[in-house]
Amino acid sequence: MNNGLPSIDKYLIGSSLEYFNSCLLPGVLNPTSKDIAEKLETLKNDSVDKPYFFIGAGTCGLGAGAIHTEKALLNVLKNHKFDYEIIKVGCIGLCFAEPIMDVFLPGKNRLSFGNVTPDKVEPIVLALLQDDQTILSQALFQYPSLNLKAWQEVPFINDYPFFKKQKRIVLNQCGIINPLSIGQYIAQNGYSALAKTLKEMTPIEVCNIIENSGLKGRGGGGFSTGKKWKFALNTPSDQKYFICNADEGDPGAFMDRAVVEGDPHKLLEGLIIAAYAIQATKAYIYIRAEYPLAIAHLEKAINDLYKWKILGSNIFDSGFDLDIIIKKGAGAFVCGEETALIHSIEGKRGMPRPRPPFPAVSGLHGKPSVINNVETLANISSIILKGSDWFNSMGNNNSKGTKVFALSGKIKNTGLVEVPMGITMREIIFDIGGGPKNNKLFKAVQIGGPSGGCVTDENLNIEIDYDSLKTIGAMMGSGGLVVMDEDNCMVDVAKFFMDFIQRESCGKCIPCREGTKQMQNILEKITRGRISEKGNDALDRFKGILQLEELSNTIKETSLCGLGQSAPNPILSTLKYFRNEYEAHIFDRRCPSGVCIELVNFEILEEKCIGCTLCAKKCPSAAIKGSPKAPHYINNEKCIKCGQCLKVCKFGAIIKN
Amino acid sequence: MSKPNTNTTIASLLLKFPKANRGDLIPILQYVQDSEKFLSKSTMIEIGEFLKLPLSKVYGVATFYNQFKFHPPGKYQIQICRGTACHVEGSSTILAALISDLKINAGETTPDGLFSLEVVACIGACGLAPVMSVNGEFFAKLTTEKIKHIIQNFRDKEASNE
Amino acid sequence: MKIEINNQSLNMPAGISILDACKSANINIPTLCYLEDLFPSGSCRMCVVEIAGVKNLVTSCSTQITEGMKISTHSNRVIAARKSILELLLSNHPDDCLYCDKNNACELQNLSAELGVRNRNFSKRLIEKEIDKSSPSLIRDPSKCILCGRCVRVCEERQTVSAISFIKRGSQTKVTTAFDGGLNTSNCINCGQCAMVCPTGAIVEKNNIKDVLAALSDKNKVVVVQHAPAISVTLGELFGFKQGSDVNGQMTAALRKMGFQFVFETSFSADVTIMEEASELVDRIKKGERLPLMTSCSPGWIKFVEHFYPEFLNNLSSCKSPQQMMGALIKNYWAFKKNINPRDIYSVSIMPCTAKKFEAGRAEMVTGGFADIDAVLTTRELAKMINMFNINLSKLKPEDADDPLGEHSSAAKLFGVTGGVAEAALRTAAFLITNDDSKVQEIREYRDLEGIKELTLNIDGITLKTVVVSGLSNARMVLDDIKRGIKQYHFIEVMTCPGGCIAGGGQPFGLDKDRIVARMKALYHIDKNEKIRKSHHNKDVVKLYEEFLMHPLSHKSHELLHTKYKPRTGY
Repeated sequence: MNNGLPSIDKYLIGSSLEYFNSCLLPGVLNPTSKDIAEKLETLKNDSVDKPYFFIGAGTCGLGAGAIHTEKALLNVLKNHKFDYEIIKVGCIGLCFAEPIMDVFLPGKNRLSFGNVTPDKVEPIVLALLQDDQTILSQALFQYPSLNLKAWQEVPFINDYPFFKKQKRIVLNQCGIINPLSIGQYIAQNGYSALAKTLKEMTPIEVCNIIENSGLKGRGGGGFSTGKKWKFALNTPSDQKYFICNADEGDPGAFMDRAVVEGDPHKLLEGLIIAAYAIQATKAYIYIRAEYPLAIAHLEKAINDLYKWKILGSNIFDSGFDLDIIIKKGAGAFVCGEETALIHSIEGKRGMPRPRPPFPAVSGLHGKPSVINNVETLANISSIILKGSDWFNSMGNNNSKGTKVFALSGKIKNTGLVEVPMGITMREIIFDIGGGPKNNKLFKAVQIGGPSGGCVTDENLNIEIDYDSLKTIGAMMGSGGLVVMDEDNCMVDVAKFFMDFIQRESCGKCIPCREGTKQMQNILEKITRGRISEKGNDALDRFKGILQLEELSNTIKETSLCGLGQSAPNPILSTLKYFRNEYEAHIFDRRCPSGVCIELVNFEILEEKCIGCTLCAKKCPSAAIKGSPKAPHYINNEKCIKCGQCLKVCKFGAIIKN
Repeated sequence: MSKPNTNTTIASLLLKFPKANRGDLIPILQYVQDSEKFLSKSTMIEIGEFLKLPLSKVYGVATFYNQFKFHPPGKYQIQICRGTACHVEGSSTILAALISDLKINAGETTPDGLFSLEVVACIGACGLAPVMSVNGEFFAKLTTEKIKHIIQNFRDKEASNE
Repeated sequence: MKIEINNQSLNMPAGISILDACKSANINIPTLCYLEDLFPSGSCRMCVVEIAGVKNLVTSCSTQITEGMKISTHSNRVIAARKSILELLLSNHPDDCLYCDKNNACELQNLSAELGVRNRNFSKRLIEKEIDKSSPSLIRDPSKCILCGRCVRVCEERQTVSAISFIKRGSQTKVTTAFDGGLNTSNCINCGQCAMVCPTGAIVEKNNIKDVLAALSDKNKVVVVQHAPAISVTLGELFGFKQGSDVNGQMTAALRKMGFQFVFETSFSADVTIMEEASELVDRIKKGERLPLMTSCSPGWIKFVEHFYPEFLNNLSSCKSPQQMMGALIKNYWAFKKNINPRDIYSVSIMPCTAKKFEAGRAEMVTGGFADIDAVLTTRELAKMINMFNINLSKLKPEDADDPLGEHSSAAKLFGVTGGVAEAALRTAAFLITNDDSKVQEIREYRDLEGIKELTLNIDGITLKTVVVSGLSNARMVLDDIKRGIKQYHFIEVMTCPGGCIAGGGQPFGLDKDRIVARMKALYHIDKNEKIRKSHHNKDVVKLYEEFLMHPLSHKSHELLHTKYKPRTGY
């Protein structure tokens, strides 16, 4: 900020100023820049004049019970006579600590508390209001400020282990600002990138900046964003489209959801700039229907933009028109593929088509269309304001900037992390993620969802970028990281992904439709117990493994789209690093992690069994034999692995082998 | 049993789409299903005639996407997430518990019309796996014990409403 | 541009696909989902080729050549990939070849042989699916469907009917009608264009051979047969004759050898159709009502109007098709002359069309209490029968059809090709208007394979705006133009199948252009050399009117030779 005025003010000339007047200061005649500046300052919320309470109410927060926390807060506050504000914010990314509640008192730094279940609300609020410092030991961290008083012995957010190694550009305001307030977004310098673009830059200049920054598609494609825009810009047409892919179909990925829920304007600003760069006058945001909260926030944000005339015709007096339309996905993972997405918008079955022609040349309704992922677009405004050199100073040789990862699975600190490219996997899993939970042994981290592969202990020092991951048979994907420990079976994981692919395959091309079905069959045979076996299954099992690699080749080489081409990856990756598990399933007929239930043997420990006969009574297939008061035993040929005996034994005498 | 709202005819719903063309097919199907809870044969016929689309195409599009239902769902639509993180955290055990409690399989509705059970693609709350949603309300960090309570709560709610 | 195919340097025009480039270099790349005039869908992946410098294999149907491209069409890698894809298909396909209607005519079978598939490498994952026998013309067997999508596209893009589409997705995908009902519940018009393009036995015509054989063995039945104009210039292709040969005489001999007691020619009743329809046209023009007159000999077209354009039902000619007229004449005129009880007549027709099977079963097509036609066989079925009886067509001495229903003008033969009905009708209409036979002879403007052909004629001061249409996507365009008031016509000829009956849904498989052009040229050749070239010169037709019908559009004509239509629903 220069001379006390937010930089957007520099670009507000003529009628644009009027728009802001009518929205920011209704009823004020002839407002001056100073009036606007003051109003924007209050909207910023860098300091407050009364207590503010922020509740993390993204989907994670809601799932953890944020609504009940809010109710408890209202209950506590209704007995007090002072003025206060409760703001529901999005995900800051600390999923493991939800519900999160921040308390921002006048004159003091904003303070963050985690795991704030309803019973914890009153003690926290009362203690803080009475300046009782003992409550501070429960705080997670505090936010730094220029002029406010710091809390004693509470780490700053930048020093908090989870955030220490992160570099937050896309997520910098998620979980902090009010996602429903366009005013706050503008006050924090929002839409000044757009204003700068429309006032000072030509479309080709915008494309060049983005290309020079080194930004690559964050949806998994990894293609140079600026280059893609140029293809579309250079294709003459009476109508062009920009499409934001917010379908986020990868199971285990929720980065886009967080951005759209927590900071929708960041996405929208990037989208409008991008549309200008290719001269598209219509933009679509294709968002999955399973994200109702994100859709609601997006709708509000877009409505506000129309009200403030930052959408519609002649934005900022530049002559540029743009309309944004929301299209809800209807439940098809394959619609994350560009041409399938386009067909879905056109009201057809979401089936991909051969490329070329590429969408940038002939896309939606046959017109040049560019499709970018949410995270890609969320980077745009920062690059415009801070320059391409700033962006490509982060990261490593072939991948610039930051990447948002969704950490989940068997790890202590689940959540969203944004790190510079080139950071090692070990740092993410152990330094930021805190390592496996419950003191279990780390086994692998799956990256790239159903198109990706696993990173094991031996490769944990790998620097994360688009190319390095390919060398170990994995893929960046959209950024979902699922951690697995010793209790997970990698054959089961491969089967899980193949089930997913089979369910989501569009069915158009033979290698994907039939090939993945055959792979699924093979995996099912491997994990099937002897009781369910029929006829030639045992022979087929042996054949099957040999076939897996051959089939994988065919499917990879000949499938029509990326879904099919990368479908074999999870199998190939687990086969490479966990061949021993596969062999245990095939040759020893057992599942070492005890997950594939049909291959697990239930056993009664003689020394612990007192012969109460309860398990034998409960057994639905009469597989347990024994006389009263004598140790019982389980006939594994009859056992159907339902686990009832394990549940009812009060003496811990039954184990899974 | 959740009966479709027979006062709202499809025609009046379609008024919301004055200049509709093929690109509006999916939004129309979504909008109509939101109101009617599912897509019946006659509904799809009306939509086809409205958009001047062959019915085989309407049916072909509707059956392609997971979201569309062709039979009336239960009053409480339970959707359990089958994402990677949820699977790794044992969502199949949760599903088994639901199946055993409700005595229906995934894709079915209980005979009293109270609950329908569906397995859906990733809800996006992976940090709090396993997750399920009931009529849009999210429940996270599920265990088989929690499931029992949640279902019972809904049953009690129904009983007190009657 | 210069490209290299299999190490051979070639010059090719820019912008064509690799598949087309290879075709013109006489290199045959296998395809399953490819249809020549439709945008490539890229779903079967059989046509993959290897390009130097490109990681994955690419589909040759959808990839355009670029300067300096080096293509390998049959490298080990490519063949292995194609074989693998085929084996995957076969793992989901019934091993039914011996009993399948498409045995020896199946593209999947051919590819298996070509690629040398010998082992069942993948476990069978066949799911039994119900066979749809509801339609009188076509049988669908979804378990044989390889989901290539050709039928869907032809039904949607060439005929604009869309009776069938893909439903569901992934391994659950199925090609079927809306709500997966039987074909008879849908708006399928029975044209059989889907069966023509189906690479396997998933859609085939209903087989009526056994009914005909049963009748032939029945001593109490008098089995008579008629055959459509298009057949005699087509059948020879399957028996070693040169493309475009007219095997009318041999076919007649063959039919008699198989046991048909009387062989008639649909061309005769085509002349009768012209008498009725030309009179109808002149009548409507005089009265200035129910114009344009639309031809009614194509039953797929009739059903199309009944489903989609019921407002035009009044414009259709009330004439039955030549097949049905012949049927009515056989059982009501000829039977009377020969003193045969119509009940004992089993009337068979050989047609290049599957919709004729539907037409024969229409409730309106009954006269004097008897169905006009008892069984319809397609050209393909006839060929099967000839083979069954071990008849060598080329060795037979040509024979003539039976009187009095065998004589025909060459105008009637033109019924087999698009534009032919119009030409025949106008030759006679011109005479009816002017009493002068020299007014209209050949109408060359109608003589090509274009989908829409407009022509305005002036006959003694009367302006006749005509249009000839083949392929229902074109029919839709014309009808929509009429509805919008953009176009007006007096006479419209519509044939359901693009190109006319010579490219009908019941003709031999393989709709390559040169075959169709050869058949078309054969018909024009017949017309040129024939002495009797106009329907009203057919002496047996003249006799028919003198003896029996009195005059065109008479009460008797209306009773036997005219029909009604009705609006239909179906999804």
